[in-house]
Amino acid sequence: MTGSLLFEAIVFLAGAIICVFIAKRVGLSSVIGYLLAGVLIGPYVLGFIGEEGDDILHFAEFGVVMMLFLIGLEIEPKNFWQMRKTILGMGGLQVGLTMLLSYGLFIALGYDSTVALVISMAVALSSTAIAMQTIKEKGMMETTSGSSSFSILLFQDIIVIFMLGVLPLLSSSNSVATTGDHPAEVSLLESLPLGFQTLAIILSVVLIVVAGQYLIVPMLRKVAKTGVRELLIAAAFLIVFSISYLMEFVGISPALGAFLGGVVLSNSEFKHELESTLEPFKNLLLGLFFMAVGASINFIVIAKSPLTIGGILISVIALKAIVLFVVGHIFKLKLDQKLLLTFNLSQIGEFAFVLLSFAFGLNILEQEQMDILLVITALSMSLSPILGMLNERFILPKVGTKESIKRPMDHIAKSQKVILVGFGHFGSTVGRFLRSHGVEATILDFDSNRVDFLRKMGFEVYYGDATRLDLLESAGIAEAKILICAIDNPSVTKKVTQLVKDNYPQVELMIRAKNRYDAYDLVNLGIENIYRESLDTSLALASDVLNKLGFRKYTVARQAQNFIKYDEESLRRLAKQPKRDEDYIFEARKELAEQEKLLEEDFKRGIVELDNHWDSEHIRKQLKKK
Amino acid sequence: MKKILILFAHPKFEKSRANKALIQRLKGESHITFHDLYEHYPNFHIDVNREQALLEQHDVIIWHHPFYWYSGPAILKQWKDMVLEFNWAYGPEGKALEGKTVINVITTGGTREVYCSEGYNSFTVNQFLRPFEQTAKLCGMHYLPPFAVMGTHTLSDENLENYANQYEVLLDILKSDFKQEALSDCFFVNDLPILSY
Repeated sequence: MTGSLLFEAIVFLAGAIICVFIAKRVGLSSVIGYLLAGVLIGPYVLGFIGEEGDDILHFAEFGVVMMLFLIGLEIEPKNFWQMRKTILGMGGLQVGLTMLLSYGLFIALGYDSTVALVISMAVALSSTAIAMQTIKEKGMMETTSGSSSFSILLFQDIIVIFMLGVLPLLSSSNSVATTGDHPAEVSLLESLPLGFQTLAIILSVVLIVVAGQYLIVPMLRKVAKTGVRELLIAAAFLIVFSISYLMEFVGISPALGAFLGGVVLSNSEFKHELESTLEPFKNLLLGLFFMAVGASINFIVIAKSPLTIGGILISVIALKAIVLFVVGHIFKLKLDQKLLLTFNLSQIGEFAFVLLSFAFGLNILEQEQMDILLVITALSMSLSPILGMLNERFILPKVGTKESIKRPMDHIAKSQKVILVGFGHFGSTVGRFLRSHGVEATILDFDSNRVDFLRKMGFEVYYGDATRLDLLESAGIAEAKILICAIDNPSVTKKVTQLVKDNYPQVELMIRAKNRYDAYDLVNLGIENIYRESLDTSLALASDVLNKLGFRKYTVARQAQNFIKYDEESLRRLAKQPKRDEDYIFEARKELAEQEKLLEEDFKRGIVELDNHWDSEHIRKQLKKK
Repeated sequence: MKKILILFAHPKFEKSRANKALIQRLKGESHITFHDLYEHYPNFHIDVNREQALLEQHDVIIWHHPFYWYSGPAILKQWKDMVLEFNWAYGPEGKALEGKTVINVITTGGTREVYCSEGYNSFTVNQFLRPFEQTAKLCGMHYLPPFAVMGTHTLSDENLENYANQYEVLLDILKSDFKQEALSDCFFVNDLPILSY
């Protein structure tokens, strides 16, 4: 059932929107949503698309190319060098060990050595999309497991380039001999003798580096000067397409070229502009790519051997998990951080789709092998969130850092109990100052390494998620006088606030707010003590500026206090106004409207508050009037 | 040459005509330290060690301030409360300030006539300044009669110039080996003929 181009576009877009929406609703990664959409519209379920799936796959590979270009942009050689120890150490160890073990596994399963090597490459990679999303959602970026995951993923992102580069070399040995159904495109490289091949590759790499400096950057500058925004988008596409074309022409992976181009441009002033321009296209094209992969999964093959697939799936996840655990151990992570790392990265990632379909295109893999592996990859990605949840619910509470350790409470702690939630940059300052006055707050934190350290320093620390009422209760919320919330994540803050307010209304809440909007929400939750983290600091800066411009310090200090008082009042007044800007889709416009409102109020109030104290001029004028 | 420390306290110096006229006469002389208390401690958090070190380095101390509610501005009291510590400034071992000279330089809105037993302020400026005088005495310092610019609300620019000239002469006398008695025998040092030549 095929139709016009428009109809196909409708099928793909509708499938994507419906499936990704559902996947997000049930808490799965958007990658799973796209795959599901592909399966659904593919030949085995609804049959909207059939043969043309392959063409779409080819087109959608630009998503991968663009992703690698963007990854390249992210990697500033200097920053990478600073993190080389963790990235190369942890990442290298993880990829190396996983490849070794899975190579052994697939050889044992009777696969050809080249095939086993390709599969082991695919298996070694984890899903950046899923893992990073989990890390961000759980706010674990600052924890040791979060940063370790990030390092390993970064290494994988880089090593995949080399894998893509190596694949054609693997195929050349058997591409002609094996199957004839996939005629390899004749490239310049293949028509040249071996020595010239290497030379061509080196030349094109040099060409990209030189062109990046002397052609692309000057071109972008000219384009930017015109001020026509879509021209910059066109330029960005031109760069990616040209590099890909060049690479295809000499016969190596276009992805590798794109990555290189990205690295070359990562130090230019257009880095962020290019990123924000290409990002939405990349995501959409990647979505298309995943849908095409989903549509090309052959379910007949799978239905034939469910046990084999189940067996391989379990062994691959177990194998990855063991390697990650060992890597965590070697790098001295605490047990629960090791477990978090293990469960976070034990799936096979989206790069596997890229590698596998690329290898299939090069005749390294057979249709059946690819189908089985695609399904295993998709299943491992779907299982990932579920495994993570199991870890959090059942394993971590038993084996990880203890939620609490018994410690005799002193007198003050008993009668004047203070609970401090979150011991990051903000919370630690609060905690240190309280401690310098002999007030030992009971701390709640979810980074086990930090918890461990704080316990060594003699703090009473509870480990875990502060949105759990039972944890707050074991930390003694029932007897607490004050609860300080110093969490960085506004939505978690709101949850904790609501929870304590509903269940223990007698506890006084002192809440950190990131900005004005969070403060509005907190006002509307009925919170009295709200501390906007940016207010005092920005006024301190503005006061110093005024001092440097010649204003007297004491006068400015008094006006700053007035300003804070006034701003607190307006905060409470504006928070209660009915929200008439709910139809603003863009945060930025909402923010502009808010700023406008504030500036208007400032204007009405006058430049500075009427302050005639100690003003002899004022007295002189009054006297003259009489 | 004696070293002079001017402890200046005005919460709104930018609006003070009289004090500007006086302070403008300071030319950054090396023997005079002009120390603006409100500018240094806008939050009243006085650095005691630094203040004590400054006092130790100087021979003549000037409390230069407007006369508010029959006393100095709030920070000057804060300065005294914090800096003049027991057994440093006073007490059995408190000899740090002994032998130094101290004087109030003040500006008042009210004229000289209203500061007397017949005027509506009932007492003289000197009587109101007793806490300063006694503070100096307890610390073993020589207290001079005040230099007072009075009736500032009605002073003409020319009057102010005169006062500024006198202030300049006073600073010159204070740096020299002046006789204590030559300056003590008066209500206000600015009444002395030696200040107006």
